[in-house]
Amino acid sequence: MSERKFRYVGTRPIRHDGMDKVTGRANFGADFTLAGLLVGKVLRSPHAHARIRSIDTSRAAALPGVHAVATSADLPEQEHGPGVDMHDLTRNILAREKVLYDGHAVAAVAAISDRIASEALALIDVDYEVLPPVLSVDEAIRPDAVLLDESLRCEGPDPKPAGPTNVAARLQIGRGDVAKGFAEADEIVEREFTTQAVHQGYIEPHAVAARTGADGQSVVWCCTQGHFAVRSYSARLLGLDVSQIKVIPSEIGGGFGGKTTVYLEPLAILLSRKAGRPVKMVMTRAEVFRASGPAGGTRIRLKVGVTRAGRITAADATLLYEAGAFKGSAVMAGVMCMFAPYDVANVRLEGFDILVNKPKGAAYRAPGAPMAAFASETVLDELARRIGMDPIELRLRNAVREGSQAVYGPKLKAVGFVECLEAARNHPHYKAPLGPNQGRGVAAGFWFNGNLQSSAQVSLNEDGTATVVSGCPDIGGSRTSLAIMAAEELGIPVERVRPVVADTETVGYNDVTGGSRVTFATGTAVIEAARDVVRQLRERAAALWGIDVAHVKWEDGRALSQNGVTQEPLGIADITRKAAQTGGPILGRSSWMAKGNGPSFAVHIGDVELDPETGRVVVKRYTAVQDAGRAIHPSYVEGQLQGGVAQGVGWALNEAYLYDAQGHMQNAGFLDYRMPVASDLPMIDTVIVEVPNPHHPYGVRGVGETPIVPPLATVANALHDASGVRMCDLPMSPPAVLEALESRR
Amino acid sequence: MAKLHVTTEINGESAEFLCEPHQTLLSALRDDLQLTGVKEGCSTGDCGACSVILDGRLVCSCLVLAAEVDGASLLTVEGLARGGRLHPLQQKFLEHAALQCGVCTPGILVAAKALLDRNPDPSEEQARYALAGNLCRCTGYDKIIRAVLDAAAELRGAAR
Repeated sequence: MSERKFRYVGTRPIRHDGMDKVTGRANFGADFTLAGLLVGKVLRSPHAHARIRSIDTSRAAALPGVHAVATSADLPEQEHGPGVDMHDLTRNILAREKVLYDGHAVAAVAAISDRIASEALALIDVDYEVLPPVLSVDEAIRPDAVLLDESLRCEGPDPKPAGPTNVAARLQIGRGDVAKGFAEADEIVEREFTTQAVHQGYIEPHAVAARTGADGQSVVWCCTQGHFAVRSYSARLLGLDVSQIKVIPSEIGGGFGGKTTVYLEPLAILLSRKAGRPVKMVMTRAEVFRASGPAGGTRIRLKVGVTRAGRITAADATLLYEAGAFKGSAVMAGVMCMFAPYDVANVRLEGFDILVNKPKGAAYRAPGAPMAAFASETVLDELARRIGMDPIELRLRNAVREGSQAVYGPKLKAVGFVECLEAARNHPHYKAPLGPNQGRGVAAGFWFNGNLQSSAQVSLNEDGTATVVSGCPDIGGSRTSLAIMAAEELGIPVERVRPVVADTETVGYNDVTGGSRVTFATGTAVIEAARDVVRQLRERAAALWGIDVAHVKWEDGRALSQNGVTQEPLGIADITRKAAQTGGPILGRSSWMAKGNGPSFAVHIGDVELDPETGRVVVKRYTAVQDAGRAIHPSYVEGQLQGGVAQGVGWALNEAYLYDAQGHMQNAGFLDYRMPVASDLPMIDTVIVEVPNPHHPYGVRGVGETPIVPPLATVANALHDASGVRMCDLPMSPPAVLEALESRR
Repeated sequence: MAKLHVTTEINGESAEFLCEPHQTLLSALRDDLQLTGVKEGCSTGDCGACSVILDGRLVCSCLVLAAEVDGASLLTVEGLARGGRLHPLQQKFLEHAALQCGVCTPGILVAAKALLDRNPDPSEEQARYALAGNLCRCTGYDKIIRAVLDAAAELRGAAR
């Protein structure tokens, strides 16, 4: 790629939605109100596992003020299918034969007030046959395990369970000869790791308002990472045409993957259709914890061999991932990511997707990868110590680079892992002195980054300003990144470009904001749409000047004549004011199925301090190094790195779903599900490495997900450095650390 | 049950509303007064998204009954900017990119205002503890703390 000089890319303009968000004007999911609005509420299962013998809603429906009651009987049956499995999804939004987790939705009501809706829920009679819950992968895979779904059969290559099972899938990737690889090793480490279910922890609960007219057209306002997905899933779940539903995305108060599916939205539409009045539904925080889509717990066994020269000779791993109540954990991504950073000849990685009586997992930032990297990056740390090698040096000696055949398949194009490792090694943090009871850890991380479908429009206004219309909800500042890219192409200041996230009827189809794809995929669409605009601007200037368009150049926001005859350059406003004379409004469009969102690598350095009396571990200093390809708005790239680190540190030290023996979640609130607060963390330094992605016009790689991958092992390795204790079970909470310290004594 | 009549001052202007005896201040602000800048994240006082300043004291409006604010003075995020001018905290949040999704931002701005009202020159550690009741899941707090300290410095400069 030729080195292009950028004028706006890499600058830090104030985000366009910032003013609304610091003044309280921005409308989030729960902020909508409509005349005649009903309150919708969900009856949730008190049992982790039970057969539903019957549901009687007659007493609830008869309560004055109740306008609609819904159960799974109101939804058409669905078939199993590829992609999002509608058979499972319809059962997740309203239970059918069974309830499969504490909090599973059973029925929904719409009433004139919150109080009456609550009373109505209490009048719904559900006859349950309570069944023993399956609460861990270990219980689930026992030959005599209680089954969640008697019809489930394990998919994938043998060896796998035959007959009814809780194991939804077995998968395997690998290459070379693992036995031969271990025979060549000088040191081998084999360990087992466990992680607990964790939640994305977005501060805004799921919220939706839906209104249906007498013509059967429904309008939905909701906070989502993908309003086109909400439309598509809701239409299929309700047996409607897609064109019968319009979804208007609100501002979204965090998602991290957890708002890529539907929970309340189809229920609100259903209730509004039944009631003939608008219905609003907002989850409580307890409902968010119990009944949205956390990342499931895992058990991972891993064995790795290295030579004394620091060459990884073989890796063999088995990854068991909780899917929750329905199939579809992120184990495949875990398997594929685990050794993606390393060029290893002999690898055998197998994964199992396992049902348990916990909420169906949803995506959570680099789904599946943090747990796998916790295992692999911890074992590499131990191996580096065994052979007396610096841990970054060990990683450098095995790092993938351009042309490497990745363990998960493809031959890699330009990637920045080596550059990240070198930047980390050269960072002052890596050499800084440590205090008493302090230790330092390093770990690496990888994420594929996503592609999917995007479309965008760039239109010019009569005064020369521009509007960028896209259809991917903006969670972390992507709107402004899109505006920067349009500004770069048009040659006008970012403040003259207004970015808009449009509803499902106002812009072409867009897949979800997910996979760290928006700045890459939608950004490319915006650049192409802006180039379409520039082409038209040149044509209009040529028409105004009466010259051949080939002689019109676009530079710094102005048309310049190149045919030897001096013309006063024409700015956008000069052209748009005369648009009616030259062919009408100027609108550029682009849509594509994205390809080539280059993978991103990160290397983290973390220092922790251990209180040996209490077992409390505090992160004292942290540096995140990551390849962004090209940072469009560096502040928001840094923000992604810092936010991912904070979530990863929470996962490492505090966060976990806790269940009693009956499968009731014990900590469904922010007091007991302890996410990091400001006083738990230090400043988080960032280093942005830029190895351009050859598949983006400016070199952009997604950055959002990779930063949550390394912190688990970074903190564990730092704690080992501080204490000599190797923690393989998360979270490394004070009691767990204290127990580990005491068992060593 | 009859609704209660509450007379109060909100963001410098007198306000009246009717509320149920059990209704929270959060609900009254959002549902009856349309002050939806006050956010609901948990309703148990754990996340700080609904923070408001009540007679000079920082509170979670989800833990206060609406009827309790009769005769009191309230500040919400909507009252931070005055006369079309942003409060320095708001301006610094924009300049430092101290928000991503923005849903915690109103509560954090209000909590930061409460901090700077009583301590115009907080250390980083004091700022971190003062905001420890306000969850942010996006930013890792780094840019928030920098914005607060920078706003404090600017306010001290303006006060001189």
